[in-house]
Amino acid sequence: MNLTKPFYLLMALTFLSSPVLALTPEERGLEIAREAKQRDSGWADMQAEMLMVLRNKQGEESVREIRIKSLEQEGDGDKSLTIFDKPLDVKGTAFLSFSHPLEADDQWLYLPALKRVKRISSRNKSGPFMGSEFAYEDLSSFEIEKYSYKYIKDESCDGGACFVVEQYPVDKDSGYTRRVAWIDQNHYRVWKVDFYDRKNSLLKTLTFKGYQQYLDNYWRADLQQMQNHQNGKSTELKWSGYQFRVGLNDADFNKNTLKRAR
Amino acid sequence: MKAGVLTAGLATLLFSGAMLSDAVKADEVVFEFSGRLSGELQGYFEEGRFDGQNYQNNASLALEPELYWSFNDGTDSVIFTPFYRLDQQDEERSHGDIRELSWVHVGDDWEMRTGLRKVFWGVTEFNHLVDVINQTDGIEDSDGEEKLGQPMVNLSLVRDWGILDLFVLPGFRERTFAGTDGRLRSGLVVDTGRARYESGAGDQHIDTAVRWSQSFDLYDIGLYWFRGTNRDPRFETGVKNGTPVLIPVYEQMDQIGFDGQATIDSWLWKLELLWRDLPAGQYTAMQAGAEYTFYGIRNSNTDLGVLAEFGWDERGGKADTVFQNDLFIGSRVTLNDAASTEFLAGLGYDIDYSSRSLFVEASSRFGECLKLSLDVRLFDSGSPRDLMTHIDQDDRIQLTADYYF
Repeated sequence: MNLTKPFYLLMALTFLSSPVLALTPEERGLEIAREAKQRDSGWADMQAEMLMVLRNKQGEESVREIRIKSLEQEGDGDKSLTIFDKPLDVKGTAFLSFSHPLEADDQWLYLPALKRVKRISSRNKSGPFMGSEFAYEDLSSFEIEKYSYKYIKDESCDGGACFVVEQYPVDKDSGYTRRVAWIDQNHYRVWKVDFYDRKNSLLKTLTFKGYQQYLDNYWRADLQQMQNHQNGKSTELKWSGYQFRVGLNDADFNKNTLKRAR
Repeated sequence: MKAGVLTAGLATLLFSGAMLSDAVKADEVVFEFSGRLSGELQGYFEEGRFDGQNYQNNASLALEPELYWSFNDGTDSVIFTPFYRLDQQDEERSHGDIRELSWVHVGDDWEMRTGLRKVFWGVTEFNHLVDVINQTDGIEDSDGEEKLGQPMVNLSLVRDWGILDLFVLPGFRERTFAGTDGRLRSGLVVDTGRARYESGAGDQHIDTAVRWSQSFDLYDIGLYWFRGTNRDPRFETGVKNGTPVLIPVYEQMDQIGFDGQATIDSWLWKLELLWRDLPAGQYTAMQAGAEYTFYGIRNSNTDLGVLAEFGWDERGGKADTVFQNDLFIGSRVTLNDAASTEFLAGLGYDIDYSSRSLFVEASSRFGECLKLSLDVRLFDSGSPRDLMTHIDQDDRIQLTADYYF
């Protein structure tokens, strides 16, 4: 019996390590996505403010001010409430979204001038958000099921040693054939994403800067910069006022809260 | 009427004032001041059909500031939105209103909303059939989307089975109409000063309403019952200074309304149903249609939406609406650019009278605070029996500059 012990240990070791060694690039890519999702789950609820600066080719700026509240959902996509403060003509406009990993998201828009809540189609994934270089799909919550994956290589990036992973959108309405993401090996934070359009040419690059840790666990970047290589325009997202576990619950995400969100 | 509204408004103000002074002590009051200054130029293609309408240009200015206070950590808020318009030609259109003066208190799964407020119900675009709570500010615009503030106490309950809204509506607002010098009116001017009521309580009748609304996956539906003063007046003819005029008569009614929308992929399917019981009898009406959007046409950022709707009223030719048997088609083009440029065009066709109407709206943002809109409306009445015949010569183009602060 004693003699067999090291054998079992060896077996166990082989069992544990061999899948890692034998992982295909696809499995490894999925593994990295799972780990990133795992590390970023359990935040429960959050709210933050977002300053969006749009720049055209000539460098002319246009500003949007937006507040976001999100609620994590177990086994489903997040619920979120987005409130627009600027530009002033859309002040008071609010957007409620129940996102789902694979099915269409449920979305409602509140138009304050008419006091009207409109259920809207969520098919418009690839369209620009508020005229910016961010598409709606770039701002939706990350769900593992939304992509298939392929690990490409290790490479150093702003976050140190990074995995380079290709992500292929499952949704046929996505504006991308693939995204290439640089994810640091230490904390699984995204530092850079290249977006390839439907013709598979490089469309945009998103870079993340100023990562801060919240609740000793969750990393959020203060600055996201999106550069469109094809039209020369760019959009900056400056985040502030991040608060986690403020006590939001399902009752904060319905048509009534949408109407008085401001 | 005005006294009633003022009393309701004043009560709210005093109440909210008391709330406010408490909150000031708590040092938690958030105050916001914002609003809109709107300049409007209207050009009519020809002079109107009736006396007083012998002009083709009109200028107008409107101001709508909004004062907002939030306190007790956001569980209480007060909003005050006065409105005033100054019109060059029509003294009736130079008018003011309190669009909102209300206090909202939020509980865990309920809200109490008290004061003058606006409430919208419905899903369709060309006609708002089931939208009943607020009176139309008919003089503001002919599309029926501008509303007068309605005094109310509204308890809203959020439950797993939906949202239940209970309304008590003390006090009634009379519809506004164009004066002698106004365009887009009927041949006879409405003498709003001599409005009559079926109810002995007149404009002090207390109306009630209950509405339930819920979302089931792809379907959003609402169902309500309203009992009280009909917002749409019936007209009797009278004489004022030797001239025949129309006298609005506001009757009591019971009304059941349904609105539903199915949001399936790029399709929006919309249905509004109405059953109304008036002293003269009962009738049903419907507005139904669909909207399909082509997103990112030709690999651009532009979305193209196509809409079709059908409006029907059981009373047919006797209906006091122009939408008794009408087809509508429309198109919405959204550029999704930084200036939020949009175009909307709609064509209405009256199957009974072969009347046609066309509208085109274009809008875009200039800088951070200015929005310019261009509106064109054309009317072509096919029969003198269609209510549209009165506005046959009121084709117009309108430029609006909205400055937001």
